[in-house]
Amino acid sequence: MSAVPESRVWPAEGLARVPYWVYQDDGIYAREQERIYRGATWNFLGLEAELPAAGDFKTTFVGEMPVVVTRDEKGALNCFENRCAHRGALLCLKDRGSAKEIACVYHNWTYDLRGNLTSIAFRRGIKGQGGMPDDAQPESQAPRKLRVTVFCGLMFATLSEATPPFERYVGPEVAARIRRVMKEPVRVLGGYSQMLPSNWKLYFENVKDTYHASLLHLFFSTFRLNRLEQKGGVIVGGEGGSHVSFTMMKTDTSGDEYEKAGMRSVSGGYRLEAPQMLESVDEFGDGVTLQILTVFPGFVLQQIMNCLAVRQVLPKGAGRTELVWTGFGYASDDGKMTERRVKQANLVGPSGYISLEDGAATGFVQRGVQGAAAHASVVEMGGRGVESGESRVTETSVRGLWQQYRRHMSL
Amino acid sequence: MDIELQLAVENLFARYVHALDDGRLEEWPEFFADDGRYRITTAENFERDLPLPIIYADSRAMLRDRVSALRHANIYEAQRYRHAVSSVLVERIDPRAVRATSNFQVVRVMHTGESTLFASGRYLDRIRLSGKLVQFEERIVVLDSRSVDTLLAIPL
Repeated sequence: MSAVPESRVWPAEGLARVPYWVYQDDGIYAREQERIYRGATWNFLGLEAELPAAGDFKTTFVGEMPVVVTRDEKGALNCFENRCAHRGALLCLKDRGSAKEIACVYHNWTYDLRGNLTSIAFRRGIKGQGGMPDDAQPESQAPRKLRVTVFCGLMFATLSEATPPFERYVGPEVAARIRRVMKEPVRVLGGYSQMLPSNWKLYFENVKDTYHASLLHLFFSTFRLNRLEQKGGVIVGGEGGSHVSFTMMKTDTSGDEYEKAGMRSVSGGYRLEAPQMLESVDEFGDGVTLQILTVFPGFVLQQIMNCLAVRQVLPKGAGRTELVWTGFGYASDDGKMTERRVKQANLVGPSGYISLEDGAATGFVQRGVQGAAAHASVVEMGGRGVESGESRVTETSVRGLWQQYRRHMSL
Repeated sequence: MDIELQLAVENLFARYVHALDDGRLEEWPEFFADDGRYRITTAENFERDLPLPIIYADSRAMLRDRVSALRHANIYEAQRYRHAVSSVLVERIDPRAVRATSNFQVVRVMHTGESTLFASGRYLDRIRLSGKLVQFEERIVVLDSRSVDTLLAIPL
């Protein structure tokens, strides 16, 4: 277990301060890999709908650890390290596909779909020459198997036996809000990824930060999609690192808090020529137009009107993060509904009207704090604790993230 | 080969990339027909016939909205593109329409001086010819990579 240097002491203010070294330090990054990603957490692998048939597989990551996710002959989902027992080479080189078994290209050691080593080329040698000693135990270095849980069609994995059952891990309210969106079988509409020039936690904080949403993203506020005076709430779940924030459709547009405060994010007569893009249907029947949900350490479930997506946050070094987006609809969608979701996809992703800025903003922090490892950010909107509430002028779910993070990291 | 047709299409492409690379975004929607379609997707989505776009518009009005959001709403650091378009194949469908396939590479130049190969891919176009007017009925931008660095603000 890597030790934490003495200079890496959390500020006395607790959750109301986040020291900048936490986004920069390679030692902290290495400790996160062992204590968070390979520790007692549920790591998002993808949608179950990505692997519909027996033999289907995909490759992805748990933190930086490469993994293979398969559906075996019996229909069960498996996840194991993408590392050959022999020399450690990647077992599976494709992003996705279908197979009966998986063979390492290096020396043709072969595995079944559950990650069991089934054959070793020339183990007994050829004509009595070569081969392995009888007492060799190559299985001792077999790829590690992860525990897989599927919750409402979402696949998660953990290396630890200590990780609590998923529903307890996220808490009942966050679980209920997952059920709300994952209410029926889904259909994948496609995907892409975004390389962010920042530490993974800056992006995860950004998603939890309800305070920035209508201040950074003008598109939201101008079209009254998420003005802070609209009805909604923030719920912090589990140990703090999971959350859900939601906004109800606003019917009264008389609020003028932004205009009075002279905020940049409200500019006069900006209107869409083709507002059909924003025409949506209340498919959940509860008036919630926007729901953003996270599960520690790297899962986001998004409903923005009829635009649904999951996002997987993958660390790629202390200063780099890959954000993998998968858009989806329901298997029962008709052509009109799919067209609606596809049009509203303009709102999200690397060109998203309301998400384009996030890729850059987290990078602005990463660059801004380069000379300030000993300083800390101020996280006091909505107090200094971690509570659920109705206001979104709060950083409560950001503090929740740090509560769970510090517990895992012993910081 | 119909040289005049080839030149008309390549001229459209040249005017298109110069407008974008010079920052004349307001001219960009004018390269499309009124009901013109524009879509940026990845090769992976395209090959798997998955509809999720990075940008999607089915009218010139939606393209104008994109420009207006880039000018007035969205926040991104000052940057420029330099397009290189090559290997333009043109195929006449009927007297008023052609299909074209071409390659592109885009270098993104940030205000910091950082200059990188930002995108590469194919343009799959359907182009309408009516008199002197040559316009996109449909332009599908198929990115070779599934990954975009930081953000994609200015259209490709």
